[in-house]
Amino acid sequence: MTQLAKSREALLALAIVVMTGLIALRFPDFVTPSNLVGTFNDTSPLIILALGEMVVILTKSIDLSVAANLALCGMVAAMMNEAGLPLPLIILAAIMLGAVVGAINGLLVWKLDIPSIVVTLGTMTITRGVIFLISGGAWINDHQMSELFKGFPRMSLIGLPVMSWIAIAVVVLLGVIVGRTALGRACFAVGGNPHAAVYTGIDVGRTQFLAFTLSGALAGLTGYLWIARYAVAYVDIANGFELDVVAACVIGGISIAGGIGSVSGAVLGALFFGIIKNALPVIGISPFWQMAISGTAILIAVAVNAREGRRAGRVILRTAETRS
Amino acid sequence: MSSVSAVSEHGAAPVLSLAGISKSFPGVRALHDVGLELYPGQVTALVGENGAGKSTIVKILTGIYQPDAGTIRVDGQETRFPSAAAASLAGVTAIHQETVLFDELTVAENIYLGHAPRTRWGLIDWRAMREGAKTLLERIGSDLDPEVRLRDLGIASKHLVAIARALSIDARVVIMDEPTAALSHKEIHELYALIERLKAEGKAILFISHKFDEIFRIADRWTVFRDGQLVGAGLMRDVREAQLVRMMVGRQVDQIFPQREPTAGPPVLTVAGYNHPTEFADISFTLHRGEILGFYGLVGAGRSEVMQALFGLTKPSKGACRIGDRVVVIRSTAEAIQNGIVYVPEDRGRQGAVKGLPIFQNITLPSLAKTSRRGFLRLAEEFKLARAYTERLDLRATSLDQDVGLLSGGNQQKVVIAKWLATRPRVIILDEPTKGIDIGSKAAVHDFMAELAAEGLAVIMVSSEIP
Repeated sequence: MTQLAKSREALLALAIVVMTGLIALRFPDFVTPSNLVGTFNDTSPLIILALGEMVVILTKSIDLSVAANLALCGMVAAMMNEAGLPLPLIILAAIMLGAVVGAINGLLVWKLDIPSIVVTLGTMTITRGVIFLISGGAWINDHQMSELFKGFPRMSLIGLPVMSWIAIAVVVLLGVIVGRTALGRACFAVGGNPHAAVYTGIDVGRTQFLAFTLSGALAGLTGYLWIARYAVAYVDIANGFELDVVAACVIGGISIAGGIGSVSGAVLGALFFGIIKNALPVIGISPFWQMAISGTAILIAVAVNAREGRRAGRVILRTAETRS
Repeated sequence: MSSVSAVSEHGAAPVLSLAGISKSFPGVRALHDVGLELYPGQVTALVGENGAGKSTIVKILTGIYQPDAGTIRVDGQETRFPSAAAASLAGVTAIHQETVLFDELTVAENIYLGHAPRTRWGLIDWRAMREGAKTLLERIGSDLDPEVRLRDLGIASKHLVAIARALSIDARVVIMDEPTAALSHKEIHELYALIERLKAEGKAILFISHKFDEIFRIADRWTVFRDGQLVGAGLMRDVREAQLVRMMVGRQVDQIFPQREPTAGPPVLTVAGYNHPTEFADISFTLHRGEILGFYGLVGAGRSEVMQALFGLTKPSKGACRIGDRVVVIRSTAEAIQNGIVYVPEDRGRQGAVKGLPIFQNITLPSLAKTSRRGFLRLAEEFKLARAYTERLDLRATSLDQDVGLLSGGNQQKVVIAKWLATRPRVIILDEPTKGIDIGSKAAVHDFMAELAAEGLAVIMVSSEIP
């Protein structure tokens, strides 16, 4: 698995370099340090959300409520800011609220044994409804937000905005959780073979619950970053973004069937997707075509992944043959 | 060794004959110059160890694989099976260990899938289909309702459906690949009766089994493969079990059960009055240190269910369990493992190894608390633990970093056992450890159990095989 994963991630990294190089040939401005920093910064929310989603997908589940959760936590953060609460408290509250929404998803999957796609489709809609209820459908605009609230993610720290640093911190944190804790290992086991996981003393439902809670907490964090960065909060913010998140995971080689994936894969998948989204307007492609091109890129990435997977399948078949 | 004759003693020609068949996969020669003949109205038993090439020949017969060399003849006419559909058209059908049918379709739909009777308008003629299914099932002495969905049936009934399907396409050759593996005693006898019927209808049957009592009971002819080669073939009445064993293993297997001196120590596990609402009643036993306790019973007798209750997968409604002299209540598998009880499940593919995870991570999965420090995993420690146990079990793998899914079945089983031994258990439960494995490997499993017991472990062995 590791070799396969390595080659897959190397392939993806290569694709990103080649793609950036090709864009640079026509539009040298795209690869100026400041534009690359900007692209990475723009992709930060996607990276953070994709990492949370990855953990959920590893456990053979899916979280479609991340974007709605983000919008809810962002709205609450903006409202807390209007009420004059201090920023650290606001950020903490956004993370906690996100974790609670994630925990509700997790509990429904765990205790009621409802498929996660159904649970999170439901909570996605409910969450959007809740935003409408608490905001009354009104927008919170630029001028209603404090300078610190808006400025914190954009503050520059050793050449990178704070938002980028937060994304990097999340990458490191998830690297530790996934690679170096029993919970991370349990996620692979639960997704790879739920029956065997039970026999090994791993609580499958509890592991999924924790994965959803983690994904929710990261969505909450992203909620604040998103609202502050774009300086606007409303019901439909980040509508449909959950599909970008899932797409980033799929591009990054995280198996929808669970049990296979890596932090570097999710990050590279998000970067691949982020660069395409940032480059298309630079190249001057009409917005109507941009979506079609993004979609095509996803299909190509998945097709390449599937071919890698098939190679593994052939090897398995061969050993099966040896056994007759 | 008797040679494969072109004509049977009755003068009947074989329905299907293979000659000079070879098949290689990259790095592996699965079959080399083998032949096989199947006669109408006769059962031919194909025997061989795991890896002898039995499954490969079945896949060639059913059109899933193409042979690299050799000929297939049906009624003496040379032919090819370029696809599964072609083999099926030629009248070859297979009934597998775990029958491949469709759970969500009805019995009738399963029987007629792909060749359903049509009405004048080209639509499926449901009435004709139901009636046809009923007639076919009656022909094999079954009163199954054609309207029942397949998922509501047991494995034995699914076999009946598969056989009815074989009759519906007018199969002339029926391949049965370990059909009795999941059947109860009674169901096996029903299967024998059914095979007699199929013989009477003139079907040629290829019967693959590890169980010699079955083979001697129903087969008319035998064919032995070893390491992808044909060792011999002949009539059942001219051969004895010891000869077949020698041919398939290539050496003498003296005894399957090692002699051992029982050295039972103090009681490790005491179960008193275990009850379950539906599965078992009033189970009591005491297991001592260094003891091997056998649980014999047929499929469905409740053996596995008792073990699952001990392992915390189900809850007994009544009864007590003591480990040493402590009374314990086991509510989850995690608690069972903490109390030193481990369970090597029967369905090792599904319940054993986690494919996708490397070997060493599979082994350390229940021992992570031991190999980590302050909540952080230490891969070096995990490697050390995994290496110690895989060396002991003589695991064949290129590296401990390799995906478990790439190992052979036998080696995957070793990984599962290493996983449990690494938790340093007091009681190890082996559920059907010898199921579906050949006679040579069986002896190794028995040796291994004796070794564990000698080291002071208490072993429970669940089995439905009587030596």
